[in-house]
Amino acid sequence: MSDNQKILDTMRENMVNVISLVPWAQEIGMQVSSIERGKVSGQLVWSEHLVADPATGIVHGGVITSLLDNLGGMAVVSALDNFRTTATLDLRIDYMRPAAKGLDIAATAECYHVTKTVAFINARAFHPATDKIIASASGAFALNTPKGWTGSKRTAAT
Amino acid sequence: MTEPDRRAKLTRFLAASPFVKTLGMACDIKGDEMTAILPFDEKLIGSTALRALHGGAIGSFLELTAMSQVYLLSEIDTLPRPINLTIDYLRSARAEPLYARAQITKMGRRIANVRCEAWQSHRDKPVASLHAHFLITAPDTPS
Repeated sequence: MSDNQKILDTMRENMVNVISLVPWAQEIGMQVSSIERGKVSGQLVWSEHLVADPATGIVHGGVITSLLDNLGGMAVVSALDNFRTTATLDLRIDYMRPAAKGLDIAATAECYHVTKTVAFINARAFHPATDKIIASASGAFALNTPKGWTGSKRTAAT
Repeated sequence: MTEPDRRAKLTRFLAASPFVKTLGMACDIKGDEMTAILPFDEKLIGSTALRALHGGAIGSFLELTAMSQVYLLSEIDTLPRPINLTIDYLRSARAEPLYARAQITKMGRRIANVRCEAWQSHRDKPVASLHAHFLITAPDTPS
């Protein structure tokens, strides 16, 4: 079994529980629905407490940011051969349209390149009911070595 | 709309917004300057192991701060709508209050360009910064 397979198996086993270790993801009602190598999907259900303005029922952009950031970080871990912790370096989000009142929001993040120190992702959020895109994102994540880790020697990033 | 009206309208919006309440954000508006405050709460944590705030909670806070500052200095009746934003995460945010202030780089006719910075105990050690564009036309105005 490859090392990445071990990571994927662990992530999938904990798919339901993993969010319970992330209080903010729980707060917004985020769930993870699938994990493949370098590709993680999730969704959240429209809820009143996520709404920016009660007059419109539109979910606040910060909820989308939270969903895409979280899935982006998970997509990075799912692409690795050795377990590393990650931290978001930056995240850019383009809003195509507001998230409509009452509609669930789904998102997929893909990690498309990994270097020794940084991993890059693309992500999209959309309404599964209408297949309309809400936002697209791209980001970079720093790869950190867990404390006490004594794996291969680290060399200067190229 | 006069400046006090604008401040009052923003304060009403923030008080009535369910998501602002979910986040727990508060604003201190003095004249045309605003400092946003995010008191620490367990629900804002993104990693129980590291006890760090979630990047999405920080991003939400920065976006709301930037939107509020744009609204205070704009001449529109409706709230600014985000076009895009970039968040740079500079340090991990600890389980402590977070503060933010925004600065308008350019207030155009239709689009505002804004920057926002968040910090914790030390103002000169920012935790995250945001760069965003907001649409400042009425939703039904063709542009």
